[in-house]
Amino acid sequence: MTEHGIGARVLRKEDKRFITGKGRYTDDIRNEKQTYAAFVRSPHAHAKVKGIDKSEAEGMDGVIAVLDGKQLTGDGIGNLICGWAVSSKDGSGMNMGAWSALATDKVRYVGDAVAMVIAGTQAEARAAAEAVAVDYEELPAVVHAVDALETGAPQVHENAPGNLIFDWGLGDEAATDKALAGAAHVTELEIHNNRLSPNPMEPRSAIATYDEAEDHYTLYTTSQNPHVARLVLSAFYQVAPEHKLRVIAPDVGGGFGSKIYIYPEEVACLWASMKTKRSVKWTSSRSEAFLTDAHGRDHVTTARIGFDADNRIVGLKVDTIANLGAYMSLFSSAVPTYLYATLLSGQYDIANIYGNVRAVYTNTVPVDAYRGAGRPEACFLVERIMETAARELGVDPAELRRKNFIKSFPHQTPVIMTYDAGDFAGNLDQALAAADYKGFPARRAEAAKRGKLRGIGLASYIEACGIAPSAAVGSLGAGVGLWESAEVRVNPVGTIEVLTGSHSHGQGHETTFAQVVAERFGLPIDNIQIVHGDTDKVQFGMGTYGSRSGPVGLSAIVKALDKVEAKVKKIAAHVLEVSEDDLVIEDGQVKVAGTDRAMAWHEVGLAAYTAHNLPAGMEPGLKEGAFYDPANFTFPAGTYVCEVEIDPDTGETQIVQFVASDDFGTIINPMIVEGQVHGGIAQGIGQAMLENVVYGDDGQLLSASYMDYTMPRADNVPSFAIHHHSTKSPSNPLGLKGCGEAGAIGTPPAVMNAITDAIGNNDLQMPATPPRVWAAIHAASAKIAAE
Amino acid sequence: MTEISMTVNGTTVNATVPDNTLLVEFLREHLRLTGTHVGCDTSQCGACVVHVNGKAMKSCTMLAASAEGAEVTTIEGLANGDLHPMQAAFRENHGLQCGFCTPGMIMSATDMVARYQAAGKELTEQAIRHELEGNICRCTGYHNIVRAIQDGAAKMAAR
Repeated sequence: MTEHGIGARVLRKEDKRFITGKGRYTDDIRNEKQTYAAFVRSPHAHAKVKGIDKSEAEGMDGVIAVLDGKQLTGDGIGNLICGWAVSSKDGSGMNMGAWSALATDKVRYVGDAVAMVIAGTQAEARAAAEAVAVDYEELPAVVHAVDALETGAPQVHENAPGNLIFDWGLGDEAATDKALAGAAHVTELEIHNNRLSPNPMEPRSAIATYDEAEDHYTLYTTSQNPHVARLVLSAFYQVAPEHKLRVIAPDVGGGFGSKIYIYPEEVACLWASMKTKRSVKWTSSRSEAFLTDAHGRDHVTTARIGFDADNRIVGLKVDTIANLGAYMSLFSSAVPTYLYATLLSGQYDIANIYGNVRAVYTNTVPVDAYRGAGRPEACFLVERIMETAARELGVDPAELRRKNFIKSFPHQTPVIMTYDAGDFAGNLDQALAAADYKGFPARRAEAAKRGKLRGIGLASYIEACGIAPSAAVGSLGAGVGLWESAEVRVNPVGTIEVLTGSHSHGQGHETTFAQVVAERFGLPIDNIQIVHGDTDKVQFGMGTYGSRSGPVGLSAIVKALDKVEAKVKKIAAHVLEVSEDDLVIEDGQVKVAGTDRAMAWHEVGLAAYTAHNLPAGMEPGLKEGAFYDPANFTFPAGTYVCEVEIDPDTGETQIVQFVASDDFGTIINPMIVEGQVHGGIAQGIGQAMLENVVYGDDGQLLSASYMDYTMPRADNVPSFAIHHHSTKSPSNPLGLKGCGEAGAIGTPPAVMNAITDAIGNNDLQMPATPPRVWAAIHAASAKIAAE
Repeated sequence: MTEISMTVNGTTVNATVPDNTLLVEFLREHLRLTGTHVGCDTSQCGACVVHVNGKAMKSCTMLAASAEGAEVTTIEGLANGDLHPMQAAFRENHGLQCGFCTPGMIMSATDMVARYQAAGKELTEQAIRHELEGNICRCTGYHNIVRAIQDGAAKMAAR
């Protein structure tokens, strides 16, 4: 390991601008003669749009244009797409309803945009938007997925009868039924995986500028994947041709999945910039963010798991209803299917699994990927039902897990995945030791003396990152390939620019990616610049989500570095008149092994560009690109231990200990990896104890501000103990697995297992707020008294 | 319209602004000091915290006119020259990821440390977590922010 190489806790290169207020986020940018957009949004969850009277708004101060959905569709702007086709069990395709960036004849959720105002200032635009009079005919609304499937429920889209988008299955149902029928013990569980709002701290923003002279568009946007945005805006929405559209995602203040998608506002602003021949800027308020950013989770699931007489799992059957909201967002169909049911085997050797998923329309905000995306829902189910089964069987939950762990690799599960590496017992042992699991009974007894209920809970999670390979996901319905690209440019003075299709919005790529390059050639990290987030600079990329930037994005960089190294050695061998095989690159030198002869790195760069003395036939310059398509998913895994103390008088829960043991494969920068885990755990605690999107039965969003939606704050979470026990991924050159989502995946079941352990009542759904916990404590007491 | 005059980061500024201009709008849009951020519309998230006459204030919740004659310090004006010890502590302890909440966190942290040190009170981890009730971070899980403030407090005490 070098000072700034792989494994070093290098402080972040990007921090200086952020700690001095010099970050450059989209809303910090203002163009000449900037105009501002405000959207007219439906106050109803479900209504016909009978007419729009724009006359008053059009006459107001500063108003440049008031535009509606009929104008948008009239200009040929396409409907928003879903990028993954999922078929029902009977082979039929998705029942997908149309989604126009501005609604034309019907609105389907509170916040659905029907018109936009462009004005000289933000205040003028917002005032005029208030004055646009929309004539609505209200329709009955449905907000819960289970209700949407009832006979006679309001129809959200005409072409989705019964609001059913698809009825999909994975696994062998008959074999699973048979295994469960023959089981010595069957545990059943119903799970409500609560609906969440992602809430990156930077609200979404877009600035669209049309250059009439060049017939060219520029879009600054808060995106996790600017190239995907450009592709979709061009190829599917026909807003601007791809070669005439530059998309820039500058500093982006967090994403967590919610900034993957191409939203109506980006489409509308680009179109409006062409209509008005002005630069059009829109920045979401937090209230708008609650109303329009894609939500996450929202599953209702029943599951049955069967064990033989030796407590080995014989089968798992799962029935899930997934709420996709009012429209199908970009990856919404993949989340509750291929990112969910494929992980139902957890860390366990289970011969028979069947998962059934019904995806449903409701009059709510579209639901799509949020940190973990399907994998938290799978992990929560598997780890809650394992803990429940252990209690029913009267065995130690840790030992029930250990007995059923997959112990040899590769391991083919019955639900598509081939796990390639791991040491599940190693992570379990590390976590139990770090948490002093053996000492828990004494701590529980001590807490009881103080009148507190103390509980401990485990979760042994597995997830899948770097969704791949492209041909495989294509065969499952993905509309895109999930590779990554990179370009390494060595300048004549030897400094290096790395252009990557990954996008950093807090992950620290400018540091970790540079560490890999610094180590490879023994160069100072300051000589390496990472370039990302601009379609004019980086040719293409698939962006950052699903913890893919390490296993996929960095692998593309490594592949390009291989090509650079090969050319550097050819040049140096030619100049030094030695064989390439005798050369090693270290300490910024290309050395002839075993001698004191060498070329400095910058001398090779200069030789490549002067081209005075290159091998015969070699092109000048030193620039190499690569596209990397992974051979398999990667499988981060680990065990989390949560210990809580609960005040039975108030139901208030305090997390007194949280221990993580993660297997992320190779770790580039432990400081950054630990930070990712910290943040994921906090979001997991948020889901388990605090956060909940709540709609009234009329479809009004009741949790639409930080007054009503409980974000984790500093005094809601403890300090965390993060440990690593790693096995390298065999599927990529550095052995990386990805670390961005594990915390959000492993934490909710660990917390809920701890709370239900403490109170002695397993009948508790997330979020475990003090009133719910108090009620569950007292329900348990009443039950014991009755018995 | 209202005429306002105040000192921002040591420089006197005069302007005529609409009456309802918020201090954060004045800083961001009129003075183009975009390090102060807006993360919510209910005075909850703390991304907009600046110092007004030496006290941490949410600049989204006061009018620019209310800062008439005041000394305002934003994240851009916190350091004299190099980095303020709290800025350095946030970097050294990896107390930031996406950076959006960071200016407000640092401005709250310096105010918090100054108050505790002036009162001779110990700034424990528990106290830091309680004092951060007006600042939301979605990235870090607060673990390293708490470490950064502990470290920044020690650095400020040593100045």
